[in-house]
Amino acid sequence: MRRVTYREAVRAALRKALEDDPRVFLMGEDVGRYGGAYACSLGLIEDFGPERVRDTPLSESGFVGAGIGVALGGMRPIVEIMTVNFSLLAIDQLVNNAATLRHMSGGQFAVPLVVRMATGAGRQLAAQHSHSLENWYAHVPGLKVLAPATAQDAYEMILAALEDPDPVLVFEHQGLYPVEGDLDESATPSSPWRAAIRRRGRDVTLVAHGGSVPKVLAAAEKLATEGIEAEVIDLRSLRPLDVTTIVESVRRTHRAVLVDEGWKTGSFAAEVCAVLVEGAFFDLDAPIARVCSLEVPIPYAKHLEDAALPRVESIVARAKELVPHG
Amino acid sequence: MIDADVTKTHALDLLERMIFVRRFEQKCAEVYQQQKIRGFLHLYDGEEAIAVGAIPVLRDDDAIVATYREHAHALMRGLSPESVLAEMYGKATGCARGHGGSMHLFSAERRFYGGYAIVGGGLPIAVGLALAEKMQNSGRIVGCFFGDGAAQEGETHESLNLASLWKLPLLFLLENNQYAMGTALERHAAVPDLVAEPRAHGIEASTVDGMDVLAVERAVRTAAEAVRTTGTPRFLQLVTYRFRAHSMYDADRYRDKDEIARWKRRDPIELLATFMRQRGMLGEGERARVEAEAMARVEAAARFAEDAPFEPIEELGRNVLVREVP
Repeated sequence: MRRVTYREAVRAALRKALEDDPRVFLMGEDVGRYGGAYACSLGLIEDFGPERVRDTPLSESGFVGAGIGVALGGMRPIVEIMTVNFSLLAIDQLVNNAATLRHMSGGQFAVPLVVRMATGAGRQLAAQHSHSLENWYAHVPGLKVLAPATAQDAYEMILAALEDPDPVLVFEHQGLYPVEGDLDESATPSSPWRAAIRRRGRDVTLVAHGGSVPKVLAAAEKLATEGIEAEVIDLRSLRPLDVTTIVESVRRTHRAVLVDEGWKTGSFAAEVCAVLVEGAFFDLDAPIARVCSLEVPIPYAKHLEDAALPRVESIVARAKELVPHG
Repeated sequence: MIDADVTKTHALDLLERMIFVRRFEQKCAEVYQQQKIRGFLHLYDGEEAIAVGAIPVLRDDDAIVATYREHAHALMRGLSPESVLAEMYGKATGCARGHGGSMHLFSAERRFYGGYAIVGGGLPIAVGLALAEKMQNSGRIVGCFFGDGAAQEGETHESLNLASLWKLPLLFLLENNQYAMGTALERHAAVPDLVAEPRAHGIEASTVDGMDVLAVERAVRTAAEAVRTTGTPRFLQLVTYRFRAHSMYDADRYRDKDEIARWKRRDPIELLATFMRQRGMLGEGERARVEAEAMARVEAAARFAEDAPFEPIEELGRNVLVREVP
């Protein structure tokens, strides 16, 4: 066990993957000489060379499609799309090809592709660099979508994604990279496809994924000081979604606040809400609440950006509205 | 026709193949009109010399990527006419178990990586397949077919750059039938000379008479050999014309009849037949025998497809993923 940043955990997973399997290689914009836009692959090109830590031109559709092709051809690529914002230039390859090839070919082909990308807002990067669009990808059968919120999960999920025979997208919230956490590389990995209960509580269930998890944990601590015990669920995997863990939690707490950095309309929180309505409707003691980003392009100015995103205070406030005062 | 040094046996084989493809497509149109097959159907009449000239010249273990107008490519690659037609009938014995249809023919065994129906979408995959061959030092190459419409897609430019930059064993085969669906080349390309594009990316490119099967064969053999020995890409523009409309939905209002008639005078089948007759390679009655044999094979394939079983609906969810998460 050691203390590492989330970024270091990602890097440790990439290094282990490159060491363990000669078919594995990294490919993406600035992953090599630059060391990765978020420094996730810093130092790897020195140890593994430019063939296996492969810088690409700014051709998202080209190199993501090449990732699909090279996976079809027997390699195990880890493709880094610098951010989810740029993945929109590659969405054709991900949705029309990576997700469909298995089924469309009658089961003949597999696409063991890992795509990592940074997601989320909070760094004053304005409207074109602050998207949270993991729900778009989680909509698509044929893809698997992971959102590690901790250093341990970042490490384990990248390796699990690589071991998986299907295309797996790993969303790393850009705000998490400098966050420190425990990493035990020798621990038996937990299933990446299960939600985790990060905090036990009886009064309300707070559901989040990725970069919203630390906010929700902070909200739970505040609520505790006011006598409200919140249960915190970290979804971890958006597709497949661990419906059982979410529904069982709400059956115990009878209340739910769903936190999602995506816009509320058509958000992943809307999917979780639907799952709860289907699976826990008669257990609910209050309407399900959602705390999402406001319906505006994410602005640059700090005070405006803060106001647009889910905040600890807004999560606390919504939770308190649901729980009857003692 | 180019003045080729060709044996009668070989010329006859090419003629048989082209006539077989023509009759196969005719049968597809017929059963489409009978509503036995549905969806989009893009026929290859007029373009036969390309698939027939190019694909048998490549090695059996080279990879092929094709477009949605790919019946001939699949057949030339060695997929059985039964499996291709059954695919269009939506049958379980189809080459993609009825999941792909006319536009998505696949065979892992034959390294036929499929028909792609998003124009240009197959090119990045071909880049990836070629990267896999290179990284595995396999000595194999990739043949990638696409049309003049795809030449204007961003993915095509990205793929040309990647293939050239990374020195990949990839043979680009542009089937220039001079229409992007209904838009003529000079109306969709600022520079209608489509070899300018690969040359700008540093790829050797040349233009070939795509109606002359012997010319196609010779050019592809030379280019494939260059790709194999140098490990770098080559580009051939094969100039052709489709005699039928773009698809079965197309009323073909955008081409004048004279133009079509002019091109039909360069029908690749008749060009070769005339060449053979002039050299005493096509005896009396031989053409009729070839036609009859082609029809008999096509009819047998159609009977097989009609009698084939459907995939049970219970199987619908299979093969979305390789590994379902319980």
